[in-house]
Amino acid sequence: MIQDEEVDLLVNDLFELYGYDFTGYSKASLKRRFNRIYILDNFPSFAEFRYKLKSDPAYLKRLVEEITVNVTEMFRDPLFYRTLMKEVIPSLGTKPFIRIWHAGCSTGEEVFSMAILLHEANLLHKSLIYATDINPNVLEKARKGIFPLSQMKQYSGNYIASGGKQDFSSYYTANYDRVKFLESFTTRMIFSTHNLVCDSSFNEFDLILCRNVLIYFDVPLQNRVFELFDSSLNRLSYLALGSKETIRFSDLNSNYKQIGKEKIWRKMA
Amino acid sequence: MAENGMRTPSELIVIGGSSGSLDVVLRIVSNIKKEIGFTIVIVFHRKTAADSTLLELLTARSVLPVREIEDKDIVLSGVVYLAPPDYHLLFEKKHIFALDDSEKVNYSRPSIDVTFESAAEAYTSSVVAILLSGANADGTDGLKAIHRQEGITVVQRPDTASFPFMPRQAILHAQVDHVMSVEEMIEFINGR
Ligand SMILES: C[S@@+](CC[C@H](N)C(=O)[O-])C[C@H]1O[C@@H](n2cnc3c(N)ncnc32)[C@H](O)[C@@H]1O
Repeated sequence: MIQDEEVDLLVNDLFELYGYDFTGYSKASLKRRFNRIYILDNFPSFAEFRYKLKSDPAYLKRLVEEITVNVTEMFRDPLFYRTLMKEVIPSLGTKPFIRIWHAGCSTGEEVFSMAILLHEANLLHKSLIYATDINPNVLEKARKGIFPLSQMKQYSGNYIASGGKQDFSSYYTANYDRVKFLESFTTRMIFSTHNLVCDSSFNEFDLILCRNVLIYFDVPLQNRVFELFDSSLNRLSYLALGSKETIRFSDLNSNYKQIGKEKIWRKMA
Repeated sequence: MAENGMRTPSELIVIGGSSGSLDVVLRIVSNIKKEIGFTIVIVFHRKTAADSTLLELLTARSVLPVREIEDKDIVLSGVVYLAPPDYHLLFEKKHIFALDDSEKVNYSRPSIDVTFESAAEAYTSSVVAILLSGANADGTDGLKAIHRQEGITVVQRPDTASFPFMPRQAILHAQVDHVMSVEEMIEFINGR
């Protein structure tokens, strides 16, 4: 088992050697992730683990991938998407051009779900979806728009529960055990690496989604990220978080109005 | 939010349940006395995020405030907390909850092992872990971790459990301090 002090050593190494700053990450979760990869990769001792990290940049890639959690799905939390469709998308529709940012998009399932919503609201042609993540590997997958066929049953169930009325399978073509989503979706997407810890605002958006990313951060880092989002949102734009995340602990809270019970806030001032 | 009257809990009672433990959890919660100086956390295997029934059932039966945990909530005493579906529940050292949506453990998220292990780390010997009915082996490793930190481990008496597999696994493989019927558990909790 890796101990607390050892977690601190690794976090330090990652920063000093490679510039990855995990100091503001939730310690409880980070420690679990380090321990997980330590066991998976069968290290005989902490010293060996640390040596590997320090001496093998290729291993760094694996480590960063494993300590960041990439779990995601299409139309995750159907009620959230329902609210998005009913309350948020219509107001975006009044704009001449729509800019959306998925921060921490992982392998892109959320981004393609958004493209479907925009397509069905007849807004995709005037939308641009920016999708970013710290991990270049997941972005590589997202960019392709290819997902396992075996997941489609669950995703189309989520889609229907979200209020979707079209034939979900019309949005992709299946090939053996995989499906590829429509080219017309991917042309409206821009994928790029962006680290929420250290990179700055790069545009103004009408909607920012950052779901299930902030749970991995401690409260001070969350607050810094909220500042970043705030400076990237126009007035009356929206911020959407994961189903158990909140801006309640942030100073910005008073400038935002929550939309119903869902984790969607509108910037009022 | 009760952040005003905030006290750090002296002790944490973590209850893990799976198949067949809904009734047990409800019975326990409805029989807990009003003034408790500790925190109760319930980790229950359940299906969907849309399922808010459990929270409602617990709220209706308890004299204590019942809350479903959100990320970075402060752990308060005198409150019954429910782990949200689809996240693992962890504890930060400074009495703060943390959520994590990483891979399932024992086919479960939340996993009882994950929460027990994290509670053992953050609260060391001031944890009581209680494992109830269930059909999988979740909880056993967690009880071992609690025991290593000198916390107290309690398991439901298998012959009183609708699904005795989970408690039985724990009794076989972990160091269990008390094996109790539901009535005994209620008395035990109220006596702390
Ligand atoms: C659990 S996934 C969430 C995916 C999706 N938003 C969802 O809710 O289904 C978390 C993602 O956050 C990314 N992430 C972690 N730290 C980050 C950082 N500092 N900057 C940007 N992305 C980060 C991870 O690489 C991972 O892909």
